[in-house]
Amino acid sequence: MRFKSKDLLGIEDLDSQDIELVLSTAGSLREVSEREIKKVPTLRGRTIINLFYEPSTRTRTSFEIAAKRMSADAVNISVSASSAVKGETIKDTAKNLEAMKPDCIVVRHSASGVPHMLADYLKCSVVNAGDGAHEHPSQALLDMFTVKEKKGTIKGLKLAIIGDIGHSRVARSNIYGFTKLGAEVVVAGPPTMMPPGIERLGCRATFSMEDAIADADVIMMLRIQLERQKESFFPTIREYSMLYGLDEAKLKMAKKDVLILHPGPLNRGVEISPAVADGPYSMILDQVTNGVAVRMAIFYLLLGAAKE
Amino acid sequence: MNRLIIRGGRLFDPSTGTDGIHNLYVMGGRIASFKPADRDTTEINPGPGVEVIDARGLLVTPGLIDVHTHLREPGFEYKETIRTGTLSAAAGGFTSILCMANTAPVNDNESVTRYILEKAKEEGAVNVFPVGALSVGQKGERLADMRELKRAGCVAVSDDGMPVVNGGLMRKALEYSSVCGMPVISHSEDTALSGSGVMNEGAVSTRLGLKGIPNAAEESMIARDISLAELTGGRLHIAHVSARGSVELIRMARGKGLKVTAEAAPHHLTLTDEAVGRYNTNAKMNPPLRTVADVEALRAGLRDGAIDCAATDHAPQSIIEKDVEFERAANGIVGLETAFSLVYGLVADGLLPLNAAISALTINPARAMGLDRGTLKVGSVADIAIIDVNRDWTVDPLKLKSKSKNTPFTGMTLKGVIVKTIVGGRTVFSAD
Repeated sequence: MRFKSKDLLGIEDLDSQDIELVLSTAGSLREVSEREIKKVPTLRGRTIINLFYEPSTRTRTSFEIAAKRMSADAVNISVSASSAVKGETIKDTAKNLEAMKPDCIVVRHSASGVPHMLADYLKCSVVNAGDGAHEHPSQALLDMFTVKEKKGTIKGLKLAIIGDIGHSRVARSNIYGFTKLGAEVVVAGPPTMMPPGIERLGCRATFSMEDAIADADVIMMLRIQLERQKESFFPTIREYSMLYGLDEAKLKMAKKDVLILHPGPLNRGVEISPAVADGPYSMILDQVTNGVAVRMAIFYLLLGAAKE
Repeated sequence: MNRLIIRGGRLFDPSTGTDGIHNLYVMGGRIASFKPADRDTTEINPGPGVEVIDARGLLVTPGLIDVHTHLREPGFEYKETIRTGTLSAAAGGFTSILCMANTAPVNDNESVTRYILEKAKEEGAVNVFPVGALSVGQKGERLADMRELKRAGCVAVSDDGMPVVNGGLMRKALEYSSVCGMPVISHSEDTALSGSGVMNEGAVSTRLGLKGIPNAAEESMIARDISLAELTGGRLHIAHVSARGSVELIRMARGKGLKVTAEAAPHHLTLTDEAVGRYNTNAKMNPPLRTVADVEALRAGLRDGAIDCAATDHAPQSIIEKDVEFERAANGIVGLETAFSLVYGLVADGLLPLNAAISALTINPARAMGLDRGTLKVGSVADIAIIDVNRDWTVDPLKLKSKSKNTPFTGMTLKGVIVKTIVGGRTVFSAD
């Protein structure tokens, strides 16, 4: 089976069957990374461009490794969005890249909607690797994969997402994803970081972290951008940490077998205490491992699988 | 002397309270007379120098007036010129337009004003009334020479596009402009509140992950401007009202008898932030498209007179400004050629009386800006629009007369086709 769309732009556009298809495909591709020779020939001769307008180590490397384990040729292009040539439109950039005949462009950009513009202009597949504060679909898929692997199912679970919801593409994609698979999602953060109408994405919103994590099966901590303090989104890091940081005391309010997720990179001692980050409930490194399998699955479903 | 006779149309002129089938006589570029068609026994002898227009089944109104356009010349001729902008106006039924001062160089001195007026005289299809800058270079620091601007031909002052953040400067502008006989047009926006917002703040901006601009950014600044109008007794005109709280503030100010007028743009009267859709930069403007509640409040304001003008904020942008990331895209849409149909659509849908609609496009803007236009009373300049309100048309950006094509109304079918636009007795636009 292959994806209905040529692109993966956001979880909002997917239905539960699409999501399950990615998760099950990732499940069967994961063992490739356990082999001594970590490669399958499935995407031999395909070209994948990683077009990153924002600095990223983890996500870009994960996409690159995923492409290489599928035998695709991966090319990385890093562009500083601020130094993007003035006068060159996104369309110009896209058309130039397309002239080099890639099969897929993986794009990350600080501006929401850029992958959608590219997808409209280009015949090749476009994968959104994070656009502004909009979506980060591959992250949500690897989060769902990780939780499903540990819990067996996502249906009926309670997921708490804590932190800067307003600026978070990870939060948006996970709200869509987990609710589509039947979980209850509660988001919590300071009022300055809670965007209006977030409930319309399908979650419940609260300013109380305790309310959100009570009896939670999964707690997802978001990275706090420390520079937001300068914009007065919160008074001090100390106060933020007290109200919205996850430590062992707060952890006791959740279910006994709670899973802790974090998209990384961590601010140890700010949104998550070192003891929790390294503790037995932490899935943070599993998320990274699973990220490769999920991204292999995304490439396979967009480029490799037979069309129906 | 040249004569023009418009026969058998429904003459609709709020300034004289005329509504009925009339024959309209124009001589030497001015309205000579109008008579009910069924009692008109004037013998018409077609001949040289006599033009007869059969307007049966059509609406005949004073030429429309737009108090808010950006003609982009001088400086941004790749977006629009005085030629193309006035052709666009003529195609939209407008016979008089006010052009904003944010050109390059800024229209903050008489040489720029005279350049615009000379260009308009040579190449313009309709009357152009320049708006001078409120502050030198629109920098918001010190007042422009308003008396000089007035003498050169400006009819109002405004830093439109660059909100006057400094309340002290706005106070002085309102005080000083009154001795020059010009209103101050305010783009009311608290830029600290709008910040780096790119669309309305609400559920749609949250879903799209775009930074929002709250209603309060506009409302709080309108509250300040109204306070200053009360303090100074100055003439204040509030540009492009978009938020429902703003309508309440303006209604209150007008209720108190303050010299405050206000305009709403056709797009704010008809579209919501949902029009941004999948990052459509042609739905990006400042102030942004708001919600259904705001649209309804603006319509109510237009009905009860709190909002007395409909003005386009015609803002041509090329693909260089629009074919980019949503957050980097320039604000603004072209509006002259869709304005009448959008406002008339509200009439057709029973949401606005015809009288309010035509007033908001003719006599009210004329009064707000102190122009001797917007009327068909005998002796006035013969600026006339002839409109087929029963015909529909579909918006095709490529067919717009404007040099720029940035409209969110592409593909929409609108009601009301401009048949003829007449400026000073001379036809400047005829529908194909």
